[in-house]
Amino acid sequence: MAENIQTNLINLEEKLNEIDSQINKFKQISSDEGIKLNEVVEILERKKLQLLDELDAWQKTLIARHKDRPLASDYINSVFTGFTALCGDRHIMDDHAIISGMAYLEGRPVVVVAQDKGRTTEEKVLRNFGMPHPEGYRKAMRVMKFAEKFNRPIITFIDTPGAYPGIEAEERGQALAIAENLRDMSQLAVPVLAVVLGEGGSGGALALSVADRILMLKYSIYSVISPEGCASILFRDAGKAPLAAAALKLTADDLYKFKIIDQIINEPSGGAHRDPKSTIENVKAALISNLDELCKKDKNELVKGRYKKFREMGVFCSFES
Amino acid sequence: MGWFSKLLVPDREKSKVPQGLWEKCPGCQRVIYKKDLEKNLWVCAQCGYHFKISARDRINSIVEPGSFVELFSDVGSLDPLEFVDTEKYCERYKKSRDKSKMNDACITGSAMIGKNKAALGVMDFYFMGGSMGSALGEKITLITEYATQNRLPLIIVSTSGGARMQEGIFSLMQMAKTSAALAVHAKAGLMFISVLVDPTTGGVTASYSMLGDIIIAEPNALICFAGPRVIEQTIRQKLPEGFQRSEFLLKHGIIDMVVPRAEMHDKLMFILDFINSNQRTDE
Ligand SMILES: [Zn+2]
Repeated sequence: MAENIQTNLINLEEKLNEIDSQINKFKQISSDEGIKLNEVVEILERKKLQLLDELDAWQKTLIARHKDRPLASDYINSVFTGFTALCGDRHIMDDHAIISGMAYLEGRPVVVVAQDKGRTTEEKVLRNFGMPHPEGYRKAMRVMKFAEKFNRPIITFIDTPGAYPGIEAEERGQALAIAENLRDMSQLAVPVLAVVLGEGGSGGALALSVADRILMLKYSIYSVISPEGCASILFRDAGKAPLAAAALKLTADDLYKFKIIDQIINEPSGGAHRDPKSTIENVKAALISNLDELCKKDKNELVKGRYKKFREMGVFCSFES
Repeated sequence: MGWFSKLLVPDREKSKVPQGLWEKCPGCQRVIYKKDLEKNLWVCAQCGYHFKISARDRINSIVEPGSFVELFSDVGSLDPLEFVDTEKYCERYKKSRDKSKMNDACITGSAMIGKNKAALGVMDFYFMGGSMGSALGEKITLITEYATQNRLPLIIVSTSGGARMQEGIFSLMQMAKTSAALAVHAKAGLMFISVLVDPTTGGVTASYSMLGDIIIAEPNALICFAGPRVIEQTIRQKLPEGFQRSEFLLKHGIIDMVVPRAEMHDKLMFILDFINSNQRTDE
């Protein structure tokens, strides 16, 4: 079953590649032979868009987790200059699932806190596949308080399957660490901007996302539980993940409609991995425009606004008694 | 968060003894006369096993008789995702509502404990496994804001299987909403006592439940972020005895105290007296 689910995306990528190569071929013929083939190219482009329009929640989930999708470290290296890491929670260890530090965004001093899954096998192990321990969340909060003290805006990058479910993580208060971040981020007196890059996995993602603005890349996801987890509990079959993905309404489009997020950052057709450079440019532009707006607000306005933003989240009714 | 299918079966339904005059204790397997259990606040006199109890029974066990005033009882759930799994969420919710005569998985209000007035939120595991959706998050937030506005200490008794998955992202956001409300309550210098009973898991643990100035647990309650089954599947090894139970959390410095149900009222009263009075007059 899992294999079927994976081939879903491979088929799509093959189709996209095929159309792309056809487009290139026609463009080549057109320029070589001096024949106008614009119409053919247009038809193919339209076909491609149609294919992408039809992407379902599960395909988007697979793109969000794609092995070649740009990671937080890619954005850190390309969007900012002078990145200087700040390490450790000052108590137990430096959790490498979280990268944090000082950087410049086109000259603006900012503090970056990011989740990174790692690309090579060694990196993945080092970064625990992007699943922080409590120390990761405590490191993040320590660095965010550093930002507050020195009046620097905070940018967080979200990309995690979730907080790590392990013995030591529980012993050292995983739930406590997440809860404290939720509470303390709500009171930070500097601008906080969160960007979901890939996977926004539940409480482990939320713990870095109590922000003034929440942005999502077009093919990223943000969910209370993974489609697989939801499928095995509610649908009683982990193979029904595609069904659960649709039911959970976890795509950027869904969350924008629900007014949970503020902006969708565009990705090249088929996903960021097909053209990382343009995605990175899009992210950079979105960071700059949002940050410049947020930096105009005073501290009280920011904290009050953030409270109001989250206070209004939820859909419920009133039963007359 | 939310992997609570096993937990969803209440003890009383799990036991083989038919509903009636007798109840089988899951702790020691003894069959106990129900009237005796009730008198003993649903704690086994032999082995100390704490049965799950409804929010109403819980409130009666910790506040002064007749002092509870319910607030925000009208708040109920909607189905913004139009979620369907093996059953429509809206139908599942309606069934729970009809059965429990509650609008969602917690009761909020104010009450006296000894001579102290407190704001109170008490969760109910029998209502969809105490899962947190928008309505529950709203009620916890409302009672927290009520406590802040009226300068009252706040007590929340948590029991939950985690997030209400059927409400998707909205249920996740309740973690941030409730925690932000508690930040304001704390900033006002007010006390929050978090009481954890079996089981408290997932998104509820990873938000307001862990934010108490004082955190109290009933004996042997399962209290965790990730459930034991999820951890076993991830690390592929057996978990140590007593892992994620109240006493384990006490040992690891996560909670302040383990208090049996029969002593909960007096312990809460002691804490509230302690913060409300500058001098003890009774000795
Ligand atoms: Zn017993």
